Amino acid sequence: MTTPPASAAAPGSAANPASAAAPRVFGLVLAGGLSSRMQRDKATLLYGGKSQLERAFELVARYLPEVYVSVRSSQAADPSRLRYPLIVDSVPGEGPIVGIRSALAARADVAWLVLACDLPFLSEAALSQLLAERDPAASATAFRSTHDGLPEPLCAIWEPKSAAELAAYQAADGRCPRKFLMRHGAKIIDPRDRRALDNVNTPDEYRDALRSLDSEVSVPMQLKIQYYALMREQAGRSDETLETVASTPADLYSELKARYGFTLSREQLKVAVNSEFASWSRKLAAGDSVVFIPPVAGG
Amino acid sequence: MTFRFAEHAIDTAAARAQLVDPGAGGFVTFEGWVRDFNEGREVTALEYEAFQALAVKEGERIVAEAAARFPVRHALCIHRVGRLALTDMAVWVGVSATHRGEAFDACRFIIDEVKHRVPIWKKEHYRNGDSGWVNCEACAAAPAHAHGAAHAHGHEPNAA
Repeated sequence: MTTPPASAAAPGSAANPASAAAPRVFGLVLAGGLSSRMQRDKATLLYGGKSQLERAFELVARYLPEVYVSVRSSQAADPSRLRYPLIVDSVPGEGPIVGIRSALAARADVAWLVLACDLPFLSEAALSQLLAERDPAASATAFRSTHDGLPEPLCAIWEPKSAAELAAYQAADGRCPRKFLMRHGAKIIDPRDRRALDNVNTPDEYRDALRSLDSEVSVPMQLKIQYYALMREQAGRSDETLETVASTPADLYSELKARYGFTLSREQLKVAVNSEFASWSRKLAAGDSVVFIPPVAGG
Repeated sequence: MTFRFAEHAIDTAAARAQLVDPGAGGFVTFEGWVRDFNEGREVTALEYEAFQALAVKEGERIVAEAAARFPVRHALCIHRVGRLALTDMAVWVGVSATHRGEAFDACRFIIDEVKHRVPIWKKEHYRNGDSGWVNCEACAAAPAHAHGAAHAHGHEPNAA
């Protein structure tokens, strides 16, 4: 029923440590949130043509043998979720703690790597680290937020033993899984990928995340380059349209210097993008027009 | 338009007419000419090339800066592109102002900034048949001569 595609691949080994005593780890992507600040379902926000739910699911599935999507009962027929193996909330209450408890209740013999659906920057590096540094003897293994220093419950591994503790915590009116982690014996680790847990809750944050992720994708793009003076002579042309993966003028100059043997070093040049002076680290966009400016000599 | 390029000889009479103003008591011009030697070498001709889309913007910014620093009435800079012979005019700067002092100051400011900032390049042709891009070829081996280290050329030393 699950689709653990080739999770036998390299990362999979981290999921189930050598210790025979450690329960296996399954994945749980939380997609039952209300997304009230976003005013749109965060699970269906698109990044590079894929919904965040799809991205999160695929990422976790690279590491774990079984992955499920946590939903409220009212969402069980939602088309964006229907294609995934679901764990429908089975305990009363509200919030992510309900999804976590429902998964622990569904499979009492496994630990759950729980993942929120609003972490577009989550990386393989972060998941690898979480799995590698997992402590099965703790109630949970979680990252420490780089923003407030508090444990992050929604990118964490919840061990089977936490099921009873969570039930007791909720019975005592506890609702916040973060406070739970602070009070119970959780292992807290510092993320090496410091922005992996940056979450996206508002339309503004979504827009910023899109821009940031876009600029990192190294798909080839077309740029227009014009050459002047000495560089025109050395390139043997005055302009060209170029397909490149260079994402900044600095990268582009390295590429072209190697191709044409330009004698000027980058430190001697300035650069213009779209007919205005620009920084060497500016992110280039498809269709940009770039001019390298050798030392000038007007007058 | 306070900065422009000319493909042919600069029409100084037309340029001057643009700056006439009944409130101006002084008018200062600077002309840069093609000189027959530079850095100890005999020069026979020059070629100017410009990245005009950016050069016009930067040139106009320079003139606007001059107008902000000095109380001028009008200012204009025209730069040649193409091949120039000895004694040809490479650049013309004109400033009209209420008094001569600010006209001199603004004119000096504009030519100095244009030489350092505007994307214009100059190729020198030498008596012995060689040629070279000023500030680019020798400096490929000596990066200290990067932007801003323009050599005086074609007219008075640029000692501002």
